[in-house]
Amino acid sequence: MMKILISVILLIIMVVQTYAESASASQNKDPPLVVSTCKNTPHYRLCLAVLRRSPRSAKADVWELALIAVGAVKTEAERAMDAIKKVRKGGEGKEVAAALKQCEEVYDAVLEGDVQEAEEGLKLGDPKFAENGMADAVVEADSCEGGFAGVGKSPLSRVNSAVHDIAEVARAIIRNLL
Amino acid sequence: MPFPNPFPALSNRNDDAPLLGSAPLEPQLMRRRRIFVVVLLLMMGLVGVCSLVILITSGDGGEDWTPSGEDDDKCPSPKEVSEYLKARRPEEGRPTLRGVHEGVSEKSFGKGRLGAIPYPWTKKMLAWQRTGYHFQPQKNWMNDPNGPLFYKGWYHFFYQYNPSGAVWGNISWGHAVSKDLINWRHLPLAMVPDQWYDINGVWTGSATILQDGQLVMLYTGSTNTSVQVQNLAYPADQSDPLLINWVKYSANPVLVPPPGIMDHDFRDPTTAWLTPERKWRIIIGSKINKTGISLVYDTMDFKTYEMLDGVLHAVPETGMWECVDFYPVSEVENEGMDTSVNGPKVKHVVKTSLDDDRNDYYALGTYDSEAGIWTPDDPSIDVGIGLRYDYGIFYASKTFYDKKLRRRILWSWIKETDSEKSDIQKGWASLQAVPRTIVFDMKTGSNILQWPVKEVERLRRNRIVFDKVEVTAGSVVPLDVVSTSQLDIVAEFKVDEEALKRMNVNGSDSSYSCQKSGGAAERGALGPFGLLVLASKHLIEQTPIYFYISKDTKGNFKTFFCADHSRSSQANDVDKEIYGSTVPVLKDETLSMRILVDRSIVESFGQGGRSCITSRVYPTRVACEDVKIFLFNNATDARITASLQIWQMSSASIQ
Repeated sequence: MMKILISVILLIIMVVQTYAESASASQNKDPPLVVSTCKNTPHYRLCLAVLRRSPRSAKADVWELALIAVGAVKTEAERAMDAIKKVRKGGEGKEVAAALKQCEEVYDAVLEGDVQEAEEGLKLGDPKFAENGMADAVVEADSCEGGFAGVGKSPLSRVNSAVHDIAEVARAIIRNLL
Repeated sequence: MPFPNPFPALSNRNDDAPLLGSAPLEPQLMRRRRIFVVVLLLMMGLVGVCSLVILITSGDGGEDWTPSGEDDDKCPSPKEVSEYLKARRPEEGRPTLRGVHEGVSEKSFGKGRLGAIPYPWTKKMLAWQRTGYHFQPQKNWMNDPNGPLFYKGWYHFFYQYNPSGAVWGNISWGHAVSKDLINWRHLPLAMVPDQWYDINGVWTGSATILQDGQLVMLYTGSTNTSVQVQNLAYPADQSDPLLINWVKYSANPVLVPPPGIMDHDFRDPTTAWLTPERKWRIIIGSKINKTGISLVYDTMDFKTYEMLDGVLHAVPETGMWECVDFYPVSEVENEGMDTSVNGPKVKHVVKTSLDDDRNDYYALGTYDSEAGIWTPDDPSIDVGIGLRYDYGIFYASKTFYDKKLRRRILWSWIKETDSEKSDIQKGWASLQAVPRTIVFDMKTGSNILQWPVKEVERLRRNRIVFDKVEVTAGSVVPLDVVSTSQLDIVAEFKVDEEALKRMNVNGSDSSYSCQKSGGAAERGALGPFGLLVLASKHLIEQTPIYFYISKDTKGNFKTFFCADHSRSSQANDVDKEIYGSTVPVLKDETLSMRILVDRSIVESFGQGGRSCITSRVYPTRVACEDVKIFLFNNATDARITASLQIWQMSSASIQ
C-alpha cells in the first residue's frame, strides 16, 4: 500500500516537472521562428524536440530548420538499419525474415533516395524534391511496420513511428518553402 | 534531474534484451534449469508437430501462399490474396467479387496510403511497368523536358536526367532524336554539370531558333554556391543535324538573380520571341513572398540582357512559378504558330508549373506586343487559379513550335506515384507523356484542346469495333480484347434521353467532385459510366475512367470526367487518388473519350482533349494473369449505349 502511494506521488512529481520544464523552455529558450514553424507541423512537441537538438536552430532560417528535420529522419533511419541487423539472428520464421528484408530495403530507400534527394533539394533550392522525399519516407516507414501485421510483433515499432512522425514534421516545414 | 526519465528518448531502447542471464549458477539451480529446458524443448516439439499437421490438412492442399520476395513468381488465386490481406487487415474483410450484372463493387481498399501494408513486388510485376511507346531512358531518373525543337529534319528532345541513379540528383541533360516523335534514338548526354555555374545541376531550359536558322539554348544552372543563374549554350557544330556536341558560352552566367529576387527563386527560362523593336524577349518564373511572377528580359545576342520594369504577369497566393511558358494560338486555324507571331485572331497562353501543388496551369489572354502586357480573358480563372493542362500527374511541361507540320507541341514530365523503394528496385523512374498538339478550342472559346500527335496512330494494330453496346444501369460488360496492356481506345457514349429528362433534382449531387467522390463505386442517377482499364479478371484491380453527369437545382447538367485509382492496385504503397474535373459538353455533342493505355501509364482525353487526365497505375495481378478491359455503367437510372474502337498498340523503337 505504502509502495503504491510512493509510486503515485513520484509519478505526479515527474509529470509536473516534465511539463514545467517544457513550459519554461518554450517561454524562454526557443527562437520565435522555431516556435511558429513547429506550430505549423502535425507534431508540435516532437518538432521542438528535434529542432532543439541542433545548436544551428538558434540562428536558422526555414531552409536550415528543414535540413535539421531531414537530418533527424536520417538519424532515425540509420537507427532502424542498426536495429534490423541486431534483430536478425537467423532462425526466425520465413514470414518474419521476409518482413525484415522488406524493412532493410525500405530503409535503404529512405537513406539512399528520400533523405538524399531531400538534402539536395533543400541545399540547391528546389524544395519540391525535398517534399517528395519526406512524403515518401512516411510511406516507407509505414510499409516496414505493416510488414509485421499478422506475422508477429514488430521489433521496429518505435523507430518506424519515429521516422513516420519526424518525416511528417520535415515535410510540413518544407511546405513553407514552396 | 533526480528521477529517472519515464519517457525514454525515441528508439534508443534496446528492444531485444536477452531473456536469460549469463551469470554462473549453483548446481541445484542448474539441475532445475536443465529440467526446464527439457520441458521447453518437448513443448516446442509438440507445437511443431501440431503446426505440421495443420499445414498439411489446411486450405487447398498446398502451402498457404505468402509472398516470399522479389523472385516469387508463384501466382496467388484471388481467394489466397484476399485471405492474405484479410489476415493483415481483419476489419476490411474480403473484397467481394461481382459478376456481370451486379455492377461495380464497393471499395475494399483504403484511399490514400494510410496504414500501408507492403505488397510484395516481384521482379515480374516491376518489369511489366516499363512502357511500350512512351519516351523514357533505358534506366535511371528523368524529370523536366528541356529544349524540345525541330532542327534540320529531326525532332530533338532533351531532358533532366540523373546518369547515376533512380532518384533526382547529379542533374544533366539527356538527349534523343526522332523523325516522328514516337520512335527515338538515344544520344550521348548533351550537357553535364562541369562548370562552377552549373556544377550543382544543369537544370531546365529552352531553345530558340534565330531568324537565320541558328540555334541557341538558355538554361538554368545551380552554381557551386547553390545560386540559380541562367546560362547560354549552343551546338558545337550548327550544321550537325543530330546536335551531338554542345558548347557553353565562355562568359556564363548571362543572368543572375536580380535585386529583390532570392537565389533560389530564379529558374527555367523560356523560348524567346521577337518584339516589335526586333529584340528577343524571354520570361523567367519567380516569386515575391507568395505571389508568383514572370520576370521579363530583352536581349539582342542572348549574352547581355535588359530587365524590364514590372512583370509579364503575376498572381497572388500562387507561390513559385516554375517552367513558365508563353505562346500564341490561332483563334481561327487548327494549327500551331511560331512563338513570335501576334495579330488579330491570335490569343496568347501563359502557363506555369506551380511548385506548391505540383500541377500545370494555363490561362488564355491577349498580348499587347507594343506595351508588352498580357491580359487574361477571364481573371477569375487566371494563371494558377483556373484551368489545368491535365488533372492527373503532369508537370514541368513545355511546348515548342514544330515548323515542319505547323503544330504547337506539348511535352510533359510524368513522375512515378509508387514508392521510392520500388523505383530503386526497378532501376528507373519517370516517363514523358506522348507529345500532344495544342489548338484553341473554337467551340467553347475558353480553353485549349490537347490531342496525342497523329504519329502515335501508326502504332495501332488489330482494330476491334464494338458498335452500340447497351450497358444497363448497374452492370459491367467484358470486352473481348486480347492483350490489353498497350491500347488505343476511342469511345462514344449516349445516355438514354428519358433518364436525362427524368432525373429528379434534389441538389444532392450538384456538389460532386471527382477528387472528393467515392469514385466509380459512388452511384448517381446519371453516372458514373465508362471503361475499366488495366483490370484483372475478377475485378480485384481496376482503373475506371468515366463520365459522371450531375444536375443542379436549375436543371443544368454538368459533366465530370474522372479517373479512379482507389482500386487500381492491391498494393498499398502507390497513389490511390481520384483525379478529374468538369468538362464542357456543348448541346448536341456526344460524350467521347480517348484512352491511351501503355502499361503503368494511362492518358485519358475527354471531349476531344478539352479535359485530360494522365494516370500512373501499378497493378500486381499482371504478374500472373492477362489484363482485361470492361465497359461499366454504375448509374442507378440511366441506360448507356457505347460504341468503341480499340486498337492494340505496338511498342515504339526507343533505343
